[in-house]
Amino acid sequence: MRTTIALKALMAVTGIVMLAFLVLHMLGNLKIFFGPEDFNAYSHWLRTLLIPFLHYGWFLWILRVVLVVSVVGHIGSAIVLTKRDRAARPVRYRHAPPASSTYATRTLRYGGAILALFVVFHILDLTTGDANPHFTEGHPYQNLTASFDRWYVAVFYMLAVVLLGLHVQHGLRSAARTLGVAAGRQRAFAALGTALAAVLTAGFLSVPVAVLAGAVS
Amino acid sequence: MSDLMELTLRVWRQPGPDADGEMRTYTVADVSPDMSFLEVLDVLNEELAARGEEPVAFDHDCREGICGACSLVINGEPHGPQKRTTACQLHMRHFADGDVIDVEPWRAAAFPVVRDLVVDRGALDRIVGAGGYITAPTGSAPEAHATPVAKDAADEAFTAAACIGCGACVAACPNASAMLFTAAKIKHLNVLPQGRPEAGTRVLDMVAAMDAEDFGGCTNVGACATACPKGIPVDVITEMNRDWLKAAARSRKSGR
Repeated sequence: MRTTIALKALMAVTGIVMLAFLVLHMLGNLKIFFGPEDFNAYSHWLRTLLIPFLHYGWFLWILRVVLVVSVVGHIGSAIVLTKRDRAARPVRYRHAPPASSTYATRTLRYGGAILALFVVFHILDLTTGDANPHFTEGHPYQNLTASFDRWYVAVFYMLAVVLLGLHVQHGLRSAARTLGVAAGRQRAFAALGTALAAVLTAGFLSVPVAVLAGAVS
Repeated sequence: MSDLMELTLRVWRQPGPDADGEMRTYTVADVSPDMSFLEVLDVLNEELAARGEEPVAFDHDCREGICGACSLVINGEPHGPQKRTTACQLHMRHFADGDVIDVEPWRAAAFPVVRDLVVDRGALDRIVGAGGYITAPTGSAPEAHATPVAKDAADEAFTAAACIGCGACVAACPNASAMLFTAAKIKHLNVLPQGRPEAGTRVLDMVAAMDAEDFGGCTNVGACATACPKGIPVDVITEMNRDWLKAAARSRKSGR
């Protein structure tokens, strides 16, 4: 794994794994609009999924292991590559080069770091409940509304979602190039990345907006 | 001759590889819009020599835009503001009287400054040395049509082979990555029947040679292709990634 292309392929594959998870996560979140029974039942179903082949809760644990491996691979390769990239230009240009990249591209690294911090808070808030004083195990609907009733939590969540959209907008296109599947189809992959980013952003934003607006309580 | 311009040049001066450098300001008067950027430096150097100062060292050779020797970052852009144009073919009609122009060398850890605006681009030669050739029997030239080349392969190879190895892609890349250069050199041989037999080892060896230098990685920004004076498309990087991943998987299987 010393070559940049291998590290970038690792980043691309782990990114796509997390992206696939996020699409399912976003679709699951939308069940909030069908009321507490549906939402809590969906959450329970995730734990009973593939029983009796798996034991209670195992599906979620397998998913968590896959995600943790992906996060570690993604961030690890990002750190190694970023260090290499920084070292490759020790003396900067006195005359700053014109902006050659999009906003999404320029915010990728810092946006990613903020996203990592958000994910830590998000798990403490809605999975373990350590950051949510009204947390009750097994009642995700009530936990979620209690969390978003704190406006600053909703604002942080929405900021993270916007950063996620930007991350995906550059990320998918970039992953397609890194894995070599986009040759001659750059535009199609760029459009797919933008569309997916827009759908994810809108879907994830709808929940805190609905809670803040009082449509979900 | 009322259209003659007076320009202020801020030029990177560095006496040697280990010396500290700085931007130094010079005024060049009577610049004709028909002069090339290198000719402005020629005029400046004549004035410096007449004053007994050291002239500005800069790389140049053919001055026809095909050799890849000139390597000036002009106002933050490799080869200056004119697209698909090398600095030697950049004419002063693209500037205006009174302009202040910053001139710097290629900035990359892999391209150490030799003096002033001259950098050592030997890293690119070492990448080519690792596989930028084909193995062929020597002797008299083979009959021209012995190996048929499909028209689209010939066109693709020619587009990649247009690379003059100037290093503007490295200079423009926010990570000082040499992916566009390396990918162009790999592709122009790998798409041709003469290059196919060694296609797998070529991509592995040349990427390894690239990684052995102090270049950064590709973040798919695309600044390289924008800066390239020969219009090498960014797609060559995608194809190199694909070829490398395939070749790496194959070489692992065969235990090589």
